[in-house]
Amino acid sequence: MRRVLFLAQAEVLHIVRDRILLAQTLIVPMIQLLILSNAATFEIHNTPIAIVDLDRSSASRGVVNHLAANGHFDIVDAPASLDRANQDMLDGSVTMAVVIPHDFETSLMRTGVAPVELSVNAEKGSAAGIVQSYAQSVLAAYGAELTRSAPTIGPRIPDPRSRIDVRLRSRYNPTLNYKYYMVPGILVALMTIIGSLLSAQNIAREKELGTLEQLNVTPITRGEFIVAKLLPFWCLGLIELTMGLIIGKLVFGIPIVGSLVLLYAVAAIYLFVALGIGLFISSVVETQQQAMFVTFFIVNIYLLMSGLFTPIDSMAPWVQVASQINPVRHFVTISRAILMKGAGPAEIAQPLVILLASAVIVLTVAVRQYHKRAS
Amino acid sequence: MTALRGLLRKEFFHIRRDKRTAAVLVMLPVVQVLLFGYAIRTDVNDVRLAVVDPSPDSATIDLRNRFAAAGIFRIVATAPRTDDLNRLFQTGAAEQAIVFRPGFAEDLRRTEPAQLLVITDATEPNTGALLQAYAQAVVQQYQADLTRSAPQSASGARSIRPAITIAPIVRTRFNPTRASSNLFVPGLMAFVLTIISSLMTAITLTREKETGTMEALLVSPLRPWEIIAGKVVPYLAIGFAAVVLVLVEALIVFRVPLRGSVLLLLFEGALYILVSLNFGILISSRTSSQRLAMLGVFLTTLLPNILLSGFIFPLESMPAVLRWISFVVPGRWFVTIARGIMLKGIGLEYLWRETLYMTALAFGLLVVSLRSFNERLE
Repeated sequence: MRRVLFLAQAEVLHIVRDRILLAQTLIVPMIQLLILSNAATFEIHNTPIAIVDLDRSSASRGVVNHLAANGHFDIVDAPASLDRANQDMLDGSVTMAVVIPHDFETSLMRTGVAPVELSVNAEKGSAAGIVQSYAQSVLAAYGAELTRSAPTIGPRIPDPRSRIDVRLRSRYNPTLNYKYYMVPGILVALMTIIGSLLSAQNIAREKELGTLEQLNVTPITRGEFIVAKLLPFWCLGLIELTMGLIIGKLVFGIPIVGSLVLLYAVAAIYLFVALGIGLFISSVVETQQQAMFVTFFIVNIYLLMSGLFTPIDSMAPWVQVASQINPVRHFVTISRAILMKGAGPAEIAQPLVILLASAVIVLTVAVRQYHKRAS
Repeated sequence: MTALRGLLRKEFFHIRRDKRTAAVLVMLPVVQVLLFGYAIRTDVNDVRLAVVDPSPDSATIDLRNRFAAAGIFRIVATAPRTDDLNRLFQTGAAEQAIVFRPGFAEDLRRTEPAQLLVITDATEPNTGALLQAYAQAVVQQYQADLTRSAPQSASGARSIRPAITIAPIVRTRFNPTRASSNLFVPGLMAFVLTIISSLMTAITLTREKETGTMEALLVSPLRPWEIIAGKVVPYLAIGFAAVVLVLVEALIVFRVPLRGSVLLLLFEGALYILVSLNFGILISSRTSSQRLAMLGVFLTTLLPNILLSGFIFPLESMPAVLRWISFVVPGRWFVTIARGIMLKGIGLEYLWRETLYMTALAFGLLVVSLRSFNERLE
């Protein structure tokens, strides 16, 4: 036990002295957190649009004003012709072109229905769907407003039937702030990267430099070596989480609804999984370069399939099934459930059990593999 | 020249012998395309709906059936009280709940409005907003049908108020199915190229430094540019092969459209490879260890090219500072160009600005990186 502590102490000294490693572990993740939280957003505002108003009537101006006042759109061009609008779409300067036809007002007044064309540039990705639904709701609201102000025909008695008053309530993120959603997930990503990439790289480096051989001839057992190597990174992971939470709270004002103790407990278990993955990789590679690439490759797959960036529910069915064995997915779920929804142990029981099982399996396999390689 | 050929052969041997790295280099593009095609999607379907109906009557059952028949909702729980909702939401078993009040049908028949509460899990804001819109649409449709079938009021007089509707005709251009693979493939090419060209180059060059073999190369009759060329050309070839691989896979597996000119796309790809290689050389000349090189590439090249290129996240939604930074990120220009060619079928007449910028960047960086490399040698 004392030997383990000595070795761990040596490792801590290494980390503290090593400016690159310190930068890798403390500064880079925080930069990532700050940039990712701002950049990783599917939030829609200031969408550039062009409006072609061929009607130039009071009704068509109403459409323009309503779109402008909505806050989601930024009218960057009001060309007189369809060709110009088309060019705007082709050169990518607008995401949507709205075309109000010639007889818009006349047909609105005469028949009560008039078309408006929305051309959405779907090249901009998932934003297109949201942009389209925002525009549709603006038009629907304007239509309702016109209906209200239109003169009624016949006696004015309230329509006695079938009014359903729909109350909408958004839970957990009522202001629809994307950062609240992303930060708990990004924290998991950072811990994963620290856990697996650094531990894999660190051990591979000892191999490359030949110092691993030296350690192998000392009386230190392999078990002690592994514990001493991983312990400092385990602590670093928790420090990482703490710093991330502080930044999240102070800079982004993320909600912390649930119990932090519970979150730390889960994080402590999760870090074993991440470290185990790193240990496993380090035992099958020979150089740092390989360690980096293999880890990068694997972590990348884990992160993309974790529901961190896009909802699991939207994934293809077989991916959803496959993602069940992805530990990152479960910690992302838990992190969001605790921080945003205030879930307790009972609510996160299922993903937690899977995490525990993965920790045991990954560590066992990794330590076995390491022994095989080392002997 | 024979010396250069020798170095090239040595590099290729290195790559061939390092099976794991080679495997990753081949697997990376292939797996990425599959992941982005199947896993990175944002369409909403199969909404898990909970229903709280304290006193079921004809109207609530009607409306419940409407939800069930809408196609995207799946009723996962029906409860008489709201007690259970918290747990359902926290475990994620339900994403949305509709809560009826007792006497819903009764209220509908009388003059006061029948209240209906729709609770949505807005953890992910866009999904939340879409779910709300879907639920509202179901209720509105139901209401409209009720109004239409309503008997005239007792007096026989019926207030007629012409409803005014603006009917949007939606045309989704360039990617009508909004298939995510169509959007991500251009960005993926940039991503894979950045990894291979910048990261690999920077690492192999610093590796020679770290292991001390760079000295040996320097005292050989090879000139500095030959050393760089010898180190870089193999990765150029691999990078180019990766682009073709990604493209072919995307075309075959996901039937991604390629509406513009293939030649132009490959040319732009080559230009982008050149830019990325230069980044790699520049970083390697400024760093002394592999770890530092990796860190440098990660921060200055990889991260910006993934996040600030519009590859996954729309640039328009980002804060102004990040949008400004994105102007100097080469990935942004390449993604614009590749999407333009593949999805819109446009050519240089629209893309000349981006192309010009990338060309200037490629040659500007070439000069800077070569000079920086030479300087370090002296």
